[in-house]
Amino acid sequence: MTDLTTDNAGPGPRNLTTEAVKNSLGRRNRKQLYLQGLGIAAITFALTMLFILIWSLVSTGHHAFTQTHVTLDVYVDPEEISEENLPRGGFSEVLLASMAQQFPDIDVSDRAEARKLSSILSDGAQFQLRDRVVSDPSLIGQTVSLTVPLSDPYDQLNKNLVRRDTPENRRRVDDAAIARFDQLADRGMISTPLNFTLLTAADSRFPELAGLRGALVGSFWALLTCFLISFPLGIGAAVYLEEFAPKSRVSDFIEININNLAAVPSVVFGLLALAVFIGWFGMPRSAPFVGGLTLALMTMPTIIIATRAALKAVPPSIREAALGVGASKHQVVFQHVLPLAMPGILTGTIIGLAQALGETAPLLLIGMNAFITSAPSGPFDSATALPTQIFIWADSPERGFVSRTSAAILVLLGFLIFMNAIAIFLRSKFERKW
Amino acid sequence: MTLAPFVILLVAAIVGYVINVQSAQALRSGGAKLHSLSSFHGLHSFLLVIVPVLTIVLLWIALRGAVIDGLMMASLPEGVLEGLGAGEIQLIGSEIRSIAGGRVFGTPEDWKLEAADRLLAYQAASRWLLVVVVVVLSAALVYFARSTVAAEFRARQRVEYITSGLMIFCATVAIFTTVGIVAALTYETWKFFQMVPVTEFLFGTSWEPQIPIREDQIAAEGAFGAVPVFLGTIVIASVALLVAVPVGLLTAIYLNEFAPRAVRKSVKPVLEILAGVPTVVYGFFAILTVAPALRAWGASLGLDVASNTALAAGGVMGIMLIPFISSFADDALSAVPRSLRDGALALGATRGEMMLNVLFPAAIPGIVGGVLLAVSRAIGETMIVVMAAGLIARMTINPLDSVTAVTVQIVTLLIGDTAFDSPKTLAAFALGMMLFLATLAINVVALRIVRKYREIYD
Repeated sequence: MTDLTTDNAGPGPRNLTTEAVKNSLGRRNRKQLYLQGLGIAAITFALTMLFILIWSLVSTGHHAFTQTHVTLDVYVDPEEISEENLPRGGFSEVLLASMAQQFPDIDVSDRAEARKLSSILSDGAQFQLRDRVVSDPSLIGQTVSLTVPLSDPYDQLNKNLVRRDTPENRRRVDDAAIARFDQLADRGMISTPLNFTLLTAADSRFPELAGLRGALVGSFWALLTCFLISFPLGIGAAVYLEEFAPKSRVSDFIEININNLAAVPSVVFGLLALAVFIGWFGMPRSAPFVGGLTLALMTMPTIIIATRAALKAVPPSIREAALGVGASKHQVVFQHVLPLAMPGILTGTIIGLAQALGETAPLLLIGMNAFITSAPSGPFDSATALPTQIFIWADSPERGFVSRTSAAILVLLGFLIFMNAIAIFLRSKFERKW
Repeated sequence: MTLAPFVILLVAAIVGYVINVQSAQALRSGGAKLHSLSSFHGLHSFLLVIVPVLTIVLLWIALRGAVIDGLMMASLPEGVLEGLGAGEIQLIGSEIRSIAGGRVFGTPEDWKLEAADRLLAYQAASRWLLVVVVVVLSAALVYFARSTVAAEFRARQRVEYITSGLMIFCATVAIFTTVGIVAALTYETWKFFQMVPVTEFLFGTSWEPQIPIREDQIAAEGAFGAVPVFLGTIVIASVALLVAVPVGLLTAIYLNEFAPRAVRKSVKPVLEILAGVPTVVYGFFAILTVAPALRAWGASLGLDVASNTALAAGGVMGIMLIPFISSFADDALSAVPRSLRDGALALGATRGEMMLNVLFPAAIPGIVGGVLLAVSRAIGETMIVVMAAGLIARMTINPLDSVTAVTVQIVTLLIGDTAFDSPKTLAAFALGMMLFLATLAINVVALRIVRKYREIYD
């Protein structure tokens, strides 16, 4: 452009214009640069936020993937534990005695001191010992080597989440406790193996014993219910609207309805479920089945929209060819168009289910945020779901739950990435361009 | 046992299919000319069995809880429920249910134990009755379907008729959902307004639903004035939009016009990740990282930032909405006809001027539609505000303060509460009604704007 103006430079008003353009060009180009700079700044901001989000989850969450354990030699004292009384017995006393062996200078007969000592071990340690003795009663009277989790404050200490240089009154473990922990560590009794409890245990009040099993099973039942309901209903509705529905007021009304449903806030679906499913139909509270039903209503519009797009993408030549050899309208749709549209439909369904998996608010309203310490055995049992479990743990005051919440979020995000990867794979593998 | 009726039904339907296919083939090999393919005769039997019986089974399962409870409560000895409120009767019902479930607390009265036994008997009877009903009905329908097989029977038309009916049913589920939402909200809201006057709710400036109120004080002044709650939602949504709109629009402008192809191709899907992250994750992010950071930043400036400030909730919500707005604006910019773009460039405009003075104004309607949809998302967004915003309703527009929101109140009023007759629970439905109406209105307007704008250029 600059070349053009210099070539045409000459006397007269034209020269004035080119001069004005020339003079202003720098300013105008600068303006464009500002605009570009702002755009880049905006993108950088968004990407930075995404990075901070992921980084803060990973940096707090990775602590929960390991758990501090201590390996103790426990003498299963026949005076405390007898075979007749199993599964009852003085398991915590036995553990305390073996802890006292490690710290001979602590007077266990003083209850306050004894409590301090037994608080090093997780509350679940005695149950671990119990299960082991119950499964093999011949251990009574023998010394067994037992690896049990440490309680949350000591776990935090081991992971350096408690800063030792903060003043004693502002940290959760006092100097004596740190000394005791260091003693154990020096003797090589402390280990930090992978925390399988996080996946195999159900919820617990104690962070070191809490796991996601109940939530995972609950989410599984809810998603299964959601899929079984929304998939056939969604496809049926989409096929009807796309292939069969006459252009009428009614079908227009249905369409507007579906579009609006897709934009209704999720919490309103929760109110619907609470009032209708639980209040009027008397369905059980906290049940994954009711959760799945609610999620199905929310997922249906997504599936309908995806299915209609997939049906539209099937070229008319297929339909015409099938009609030409004498197929009925139904045969054309169900035997030719629908199978060809299936990859697209499945992709949309998986994306819809991934959204449903992360949905929290409606599940809170139907009570899927209950504190339940066992995994549900069926879709009608009380249960939590993965996102509601995250909500519960985020609300828990114990420090150990912070890292566990992040870890649970990472598990949830892992599932979402997995589902979306399947959807992308399906799309790239089976999508056909006609 | 719960699966038994379904298994029986499925087996019966498959048996019906096979029987009909075989008898149709027998007819054909006997020399008859069938109107429909034999598989349609089979499908006819399959659908004829499965549709009505499945409907009955599902209705049975949906309603049996209420019916059995009703029977059990009706069978209680006379006089024990006399003079008790609805809540106490509900409590007795759930106590009997938990006794029947094997969880006995304390020593319940004998009549409760008897009622629990009766409850178990009713449940067992209902299960057996259902199995019997399924067996008898399926057998009868299989027999009937078999009797229809004939050379001139139009099985294909019947099958298509039934599938059309099923599809229409599927399509109307969406309508039923809307009707269900409207009915549930209207009914509970109406009950709420029987206890608290409408004007009180809409114009009152004091919101203290958690304070226990005696029966005669329910309509006490100011307890259910929702104005501060609405105000809180507006404050948080404004913060969210202040973050999301400029960032989203600038992102869209850059990606649409200036970004190299490779950048556009890689940045867009990464930004979409922001939209795919569940909101509960954003909520945790707000309390874990953003709120403490804002507090520290405020302290360094000498500002008093509340620990659950509206800035944290709104800001994080804004981050969530960035991809929403940017993809909408991107689509709107791309939809502007190429001729406008080329014309502006031909007149000597820089690309920046073309974007700001031609493309952007032409895309405004589509962008406004997208922003309106983002507004409706922001006011309906629940988990971020539940986790990061406050619980106490204050009449303030200071975003540094802790404010509450409509969705926060809905969730906190309903968590762990079963009684449907307290104004506290019903207030949540009234708030939900407001939320539903507001988002519906915004969505309708936004969709209309977007559609109209598309028509202009298409």
